[in-house]
Amino acid sequence: MSSILVLVEHRQGAVRDVTFEMLTAARKLGAGSVEAVLMAENCDVLAPSITPHANKVVCVSGPAFKEFSYEPYQKALVKLIGEKKPSAVLIANSAFGTDLGPSLAVALNAGLVSDAVAFTEADSGFSVSRGMYAGKLVADWAMPSEPAIIMVRQSNFKPEPASLGGAVEKWDAGDVASGAKTKFISLEEVPTTGIDIAKASIVVGIGRGIKEAKNMPLVQEFAQDIGAVLAASRPVVDAGWLPKEVQVGSSGKTIKPKLYIALGISGAFQHIAGMKGADTIIAVNKDPKAPIFSVAHYGIVDDLHKVVPALRTKIKEMKS
Amino acid sequence: MEIAVCLKRVPDTAEADVKVDASGKDIVRDKLAFTINEADNYALEEALLAREKHNANVTLVSVGAKESEEVLRMGLAKGAAAAARIDSASLGDTDGIGIARVLAAWFRDKKFDLIFTGCIASDDGNSQVGPALAELLGMPHASYVTKLDIQAGKITVKRELEGGFLEVKELSTPCVVTIQTGGNTPRYASIMGIKRAGAKPIEQAVGKQGQPPAGTVPVFPHLIKVYVPEVVGAAQMIEGTLDEKAGKMAALLKEKGAV
Repeated sequence: MSSILVLVEHRQGAVRDVTFEMLTAARKLGAGSVEAVLMAENCDVLAPSITPHANKVVCVSGPAFKEFSYEPYQKALVKLIGEKKPSAVLIANSAFGTDLGPSLAVALNAGLVSDAVAFTEADSGFSVSRGMYAGKLVADWAMPSEPAIIMVRQSNFKPEPASLGGAVEKWDAGDVASGAKTKFISLEEVPTTGIDIAKASIVVGIGRGIKEAKNMPLVQEFAQDIGAVLAASRPVVDAGWLPKEVQVGSSGKTIKPKLYIALGISGAFQHIAGMKGADTIIAVNKDPKAPIFSVAHYGIVDDLHKVVPALRTKIKEMKS
Repeated sequence: MEIAVCLKRVPDTAEADVKVDASGKDIVRDKLAFTINEADNYALEEALLAREKHNANVTLVSVGAKESEEVLRMGLAKGAAAAARIDSASLGDTDGIGIARVLAAWFRDKKFDLIFTGCIASDDGNSQVGPALAELLGMPHASYVTKLDIQAGKITVKRELEGGFLEVKELSTPCVVTIQTGGNTPRYASIMGIKRAGAKPIEQAVGKQGQPPAGTVPVFPHLIKVYVPEVVGAAQMIEGTLDEKAGKMAALLKEKGAV
């Protein structure tokens, strides 16, 4: 029977959520035995948290796997995939996974599809759906050759409990460290110096629709009116209009406020991953097809530069 | 020091209405504005900073149709020394790894210390070219880099991870680095630069798919169709005139305790 390999992603001794999302998706695929590949300094430590979720846990221990580093991972995976001949390999479409996937695919001469949001078995290989144009379109790809390397979007599949009690198979990667051209130095955490947006109950998120720095006072004053803190999607932070520590999304903060008001944010999945847990989401965007409206509870299709001043007038009336 | 930067011309769809064309495999492009891929613009800036600090030569390369020369001219205007366009006409549908094979064929007989790309293309959202190109050229790579320090024979990079973490790594050169947005401030081209760039030649090359290794004939992934996704769990839309919408939203904010 063919197998689906799922690469366990962990950081600082903890298995990342995306691992359980991928294992759930792999079980639902029903295309073969689900085998988690756990590479760590000592994989016995993390293996018990994985065994319920997989038919087998391939346990690979070694100092080279202490930190994620694509070089030793790739060397080990080329050998392991060559031995196991899985029909598919699932890797997270994360900062770690995307550093590894494309070079692994080249080394294996295998096909790879990035940022997959759905996948099924096809007559030959797999059929994979993925996002394009920041979520405005979906593209369906055929992956006829095995192994199909599928890079799985984070926070897309809902992890479900399981009790498979998979066996642990120890596997020796051999020498993966010699000849290394890259070296892990350290992990740094970006410090939070000002307001911690994760602690705020009302958050106003600003996106690309703000257009120019000179428009920032408008939304700053609106946030003050309603006792909210100001947060942003990536483009606003990249432009330097708000500090990095208020960036919401997969590379910034994940927040769960009571109320999130998204102004001029189209809703790329990286942003949605960071705010979809809010109790109530209100989105204002010019584009009626903006992906933000699929996650928001309430929506207004209009220009934020018109809506916000009108809204401030209404709020002033209400308060007086 | 020789630095190459891979640039892609992409449609600006951030606030545009994206429609599928008759082929069902691409979008309607004639009403869209085109620009340099956002992350590539940061990669270009990183190379220009290295040009000033380390006296590096910057060479630009783009795989695409004739129009791709717009982004190459813009890069030349900002200070790059040379540019090449690899024509994509004969390539057909290809994914990021396919483009990496085309680039690798061009890079193979050239010598660069550093190759920069953007970390992701804003159109296909793939994040494949940089690491795949590195593997094809037998070089190490680092992706999603926001800070970079060039030393003799090696570089130190900071990679952006999820949740506000940075990974610090060392790589030996030559290597491929994919640049994340936000780590620098891309400059604008000067009027003088634009004038000078207009006269610079752009090398013309023909795109060739690299041969797959002997004995293997894999069928690589191919695109079936693109479509607008169904909106699931859609928002309750607040309708009316601007004044009505503002009134309803204010009432909603009051209900939620914000007023």
